[in-house]
Amino acid sequence: MKSNRFLYVLPLLMLAILAGFFGWSLVSGRDPASIGSALVGRPAPTLKAPALRPGEAALTDALLQSGKPVLVNFFASWCTPCLAEQPLLERLAKKDGITIIGVAWKNKPEEARAWLERLGDPFVAVGYDLDGKMAVDWGLSGVPETFLIDARGIVRLHFRAPILEKDVTDRILPLLRAGGS
Amino acid sequence: MIPELGHYALILALAVALVQATLPLVGAQRGDIRLMALGRTAALTQAFLIVLSFAALTEAYVTSDFSVATVVANSHSAKPLLYKLSGVWGNHEGSMMLWVLILSVFGAAVALFGENLPDGLRARVLSVQAWIGVGFLAFILFTSNPFLRLSPAPPDGNGMNPLLQDPGLAFHPPLLYLGYVGFSVTFAFAIAALIEGRVDAAWARWVRPWTLAAWCFLTLGITLGSWWSYYILGWGGFWFWDPVENASLMPWLAGTALLHSAIVVEKRDALKSWTVLLAILAFSLSLLGTFLVRSGVLTSVHAFAQDPARGMFILAFLVVVIGGALALYAWRAPTLQPGGLFQPISREGALILNNLLLCTLCATVLLGTLYPLFLDLVDGAKVSVGPPFFNMTFVPISFALFAAMCVGPFLGWKRAELWPALVRLRTAFAVAVIAMILAATVIDPHATLAALAFGFGVWLILGSLLEFVDRIRLGRAPWAETRRRLATMPRASIGMTISHAALGFVVLGSVATSAWNVELIRTFRIGDRARFADWEVTLSNVEPVRGPNYDAERATLTLTKDGKRFATLTPERRMFLVQRREVAETSIQTNLLRDVYATLGEGDAQKGWTIRLYDNPLAPWIWLGAALCAFGGFVSLSDRRLRIGAPRRSRVVAQPAE
Repeated sequence: MKSNRFLYVLPLLMLAILAGFFGWSLVSGRDPASIGSALVGRPAPTLKAPALRPGEAALTDALLQSGKPVLVNFFASWCTPCLAEQPLLERLAKKDGITIIGVAWKNKPEEARAWLERLGDPFVAVGYDLDGKMAVDWGLSGVPETFLIDARGIVRLHFRAPILEKDVTDRILPLLRAGGS
Repeated sequence: MIPELGHYALILALAVALVQATLPLVGAQRGDIRLMALGRTAALTQAFLIVLSFAALTEAYVTSDFSVATVVANSHSAKPLLYKLSGVWGNHEGSMMLWVLILSVFGAAVALFGENLPDGLRARVLSVQAWIGVGFLAFILFTSNPFLRLSPAPPDGNGMNPLLQDPGLAFHPPLLYLGYVGFSVTFAFAIAALIEGRVDAAWARWVRPWTLAAWCFLTLGITLGSWWSYYILGWGGFWFWDPVENASLMPWLAGTALLHSAIVVEKRDALKSWTVLLAILAFSLSLLGTFLVRSGVLTSVHAFAQDPARGMFILAFLVVVIGGALALYAWRAPTLQPGGLFQPISREGALILNNLLLCTLCATVLLGTLYPLFLDLVDGAKVSVGPPFFNMTFVPISFALFAAMCVGPFLGWKRAELWPALVRLRTAFAVAVIAMILAATVIDPHATLAALAFGFGVWLILGSLLEFVDRIRLGRAPWAETRRRLATMPRASIGMTISHAALGFVVLGSVATSAWNVELIRTFRIGDRARFADWEVTLSNVEPVRGPNYDAERATLTLTKDGKRFATLTPERRMFLVQRREVAETSIQTNLLRDVYATLGEGDAQKGWTIRLYDNPLAPWIWLGAALCAFGGFVSLSDRRLRIGAPRRSRVVAQPAE
């Protein structure tokens, strides 16, 4: 009889669980439209791309394990938001001395090269991913996207938009000052 | 002045609802006839006040009174009258008004036609209904008042989402709400029964017509919504497993289960506490549907109706209503006396199987709809559960349902033999298997699942018709006997035959459209020709057209077969002037066996226009079948027993197995 009684209470329990979830989702301030990133907190995906600048070594995972935090920036010469982002990257590299690795995404190498020559090249190392195959592992949805990878090779931040002054001062620099670990 | 009148009437309605929610309940508990009678008066008064209030709101829309904030936000003076009217409920505030309007009208109907209900039951039903009314009225008055004024009044309104300016969508919400709110009546009956601690055949005889009516309207509402998304969204699909679509499908599934289990209560006095639970669930899922659409918890194509601020109120309301109901259920349901006994192989057994399968389907949809939300909350992963999930789960379970659907009606009450029923269905089985093999070999050898589903569609139609033929003894008895049986056949069973067979048409239509359609997307310049399915298609012209509140480009596509003209399609791309929004107007040519469907994309004379063409075989059957399914429900509703609704307690005795 007791287990029978439990059956009648079961619907109420189910409701309590459901309502709890709904309440939580309402107060958590979650934006169902934002995509988020599955990579944050995980080791960075494989970095493997031919070098964009002639005569340089290809991009490999070794670049991510230099013991220093790095930024990985995906860009393309045909992308206007990348153009807007470029001066900020330039400043981060030259003034703040941050290591930035660039990847030209779905971009002909000669066009990407010309673009960097014209605008300035903030990258310590830069490769290209012509068919976008490597970027699949990085969960790229478009360009520009920027990843902050800490000294241990863990992804700490993932920007799915051009990075702004605000992002630099509020999120990137504090993390780097804290040692990026 | 008139909007204030409407506002005032709404406040009065809340006061009346509070009276209706309390005094008759007290009266029923104490056996006080006068207090119980108050319930009827209050229900009628409440309905009158809400009709008045709704009329006042409608007046503001029709006369384009731009001193009212909701009119400004959702209407425009240049809009055609139909859309001024549908604009009344085409937004959050108005749709809530429509909800309480239907709620109160249903309450009044119970009060008017419930003369032969026991006084106590009627008083309790009306009180429970009024509690729901209090919740919604308070919600409207405190968080979404449609009568708020603007000063100074702007010269014109912002117009309405152009996607919603469509005759199909003008009637979609009212039909859907008639269904959702119809379940509030069965819910009220269930709660009243729990309070009384008694569920009997008379109760079931009252619950069934209300369930049936709600179910018919919900069927029509879902059909209209699906048809709308088919021809307005221009993707060629008819069901997208979108959270909001699922939200209307779940109460439909629960309601269908309720419809069938109420038969068992009515005829055999069994399955009582289960039926009561289904009645609670059907309405709870309707409320959940409202919550999901209104709160913005899930994203969907229906995103135009979201406001997270109101979510908390609805959630709280949801918890109080459903939680209260389920708590009452947990407390009182164990005391309901179980009724008639039966063997597993029997009509009752078949109906239980139907219930199990329908509830599993409902749970599947619930899981698929809420799973992304749960996962997101637990570990932040964003996933989307789409058609693949539902194809893998929903489809096979519904196959089991289809298989059983034709057998059940052949089984007698209490105890039956499975084999004779199967023997009588052998023709249907043979033809269905042949259809399946034909579909798998001739039409498309790669789509095995589709062929299987196609066979089930044929099985459903033939199996249901065979049952009808068997019942009137066509060909097995003299003609006079057949005629006599036909004349005395209850409309409820005619309705069942229609609805079951109609589902077969829906299945055939859905399978053919999703598995065997032909699609062509390409750029056309004027004069370009292309092969498409059996035809040759030519873009003969693109011209500007002017509508009442939009400018459009209209393409003229000619389809020819062996030089003979088959059809002319004129898809448009409309630019709505007020909202600066473009909407594609598809053009569909149908001959009831196939739809040829065209949409016009962006482009110009230089580069050409992107045009999508679809050839959707049997597509019209989806909606005609669904409408027929609802029609079967209405036929059943016109059954004399239900029309009179007389709770003759003497007829509880089991009827002979038919």
